[in-house]
Amino acid sequence: MEKLKLTVIQKRGPEAVEPCSCGPSCAPEQGGAAPEWITGTLSTPAGSVPTISPELSSSDLWEHVKCRTSSFRTRYTVAPGLYAVGNPVADSDVFVSANYKLSFDALRSSLAGLDAWLLVLDTKGINVWCAAGKGTFGTDELIRRITQTCLEKVVSHKRIIVPQLGAPGVSAHVVRQKTGFRVHYGPVRAKDIPAYCAGGYKATREMRTVKFPLMDRLVLTPMEINPAMEKFPLYALIVLLVFGLQPAGVIFRDAFYGGLSFIILGLIAVLAGAFVTPLLLPFVPFRSFALKGWLMGMLATFLPLQYAGLVGQPDTLLRIAAYAFFPMLSSYIALQFTGSTTFTGMSGVKKELKIALPVYAVFGGISLLLILAYKLQQWRMI
Amino acid sequence: MKYLCNVVTLEFTPEKCNGCGRCVEVCPHGVFVITDKKASVVDRDSCMECGACMNNCAFDAVKVNAGVGCAAALINGMITGGPPSCDCSGDTGACC
Repeated sequence: MEKLKLTVIQKRGPEAVEPCSCGPSCAPEQGGAAPEWITGTLSTPAGSVPTISPELSSSDLWEHVKCRTSSFRTRYTVAPGLYAVGNPVADSDVFVSANYKLSFDALRSSLAGLDAWLLVLDTKGINVWCAAGKGTFGTDELIRRITQTCLEKVVSHKRIIVPQLGAPGVSAHVVRQKTGFRVHYGPVRAKDIPAYCAGGYKATREMRTVKFPLMDRLVLTPMEINPAMEKFPLYALIVLLVFGLQPAGVIFRDAFYGGLSFIILGLIAVLAGAFVTPLLLPFVPFRSFALKGWLMGMLATFLPLQYAGLVGQPDTLLRIAAYAFFPMLSSYIALQFTGSTTFTGMSGVKKELKIALPVYAVFGGISLLLILAYKLQQWRMI
Repeated sequence: MKYLCNVVTLEFTPEKCNGCGRCVEVCPHGVFVITDKKASVVDRDSCMECGACMNNCAFDAVKVNAGVGCAAALINGMITGGPPSCDCSGDTGACC
């Protein structure tokens, strides 16, 4: 923190910064050098508060891409605490956010042109909605941050604007009882904040409703594909071994020519479940994700088998095994997407799992038996 | 887009409702409306059981078995025998 203070004060010139009177954690503690989006400090009755830029730099945007595609997001955090955007005064609004930097960036970039306070909760680097579901974006943490940052000294009013998707973790009436601050739930999307403020702090029904349009679904697909692809090399290795295994040992030529179609079908099945199903979600028949994925997987197996000649006609056992296994694989992967959607509830997913898991076990067993029968036939043992 | 029919655990007790409108404010799927100074459930199947209404009802008029609608989390919970978890709050793993 000392380093941060030093850096930011140097940027703005000498300035009398009052020490925080309510403990060491009024100003967010940044580990290491101050991030580039901190532009200076603002002196308040409760100590110095970092001022931040509402503009996203190209490195911010590049980090956002990494968040959407890799495990980079698990360590993409900002220090919890109070920040200032613009030049807020005692009567300015207080917006609450999570300490996942993608959430924080969505908020600060929506506050361009406004003077406001940002109260960042410690959600362990998780976005507002997920953290609210787990309670880390919650009543206790909100009360703790309000107290720790001496918010009642920084502002002269008793309004805090909490994102609507934080509501599953926050009990507004409890926050009011304990701190005196009245929680106003802002719009679902940060970009609607200027319109929300201009409209007298009233969110329209449109601003209150969560949708799940094509682009929102598309940006989530890399993190559906990646986990599945991590296991793919193991699958490919097993397929090559199974096809290459002959009474004389593992024959490379058999492994390659026999196994290649199953590797390609596996790849297509992963994409059917992790990419095509999420992308075409509203257009794929059925409400069940397991059925949606199974249908897309069936198409993704049928078309290559029928029209690309991936498995030769004589290999009936293999073809049946492919129809048993690959649509099931797509179905399982599509079912995982329930965790990323904006509308699936726990009771529904439990119901799906109760039916789907035993079916998967049966179809998985059938596929294994068929492959075994194919190998025995190949070795002329049956 | 709607999920499965008739699976939602949402229970609303109109007698306890004082019509404050918090449930309408927090629901991301427009499940509640206020008519004649009382809330009512108008789109039950759209409820995703996030629990926002229950947590913000000061009059205890809403009950729902809230939790994550996430297959990975529920499967993890079955394997470990613990509560549903998709490692969202840990240092590793994907988030639902």
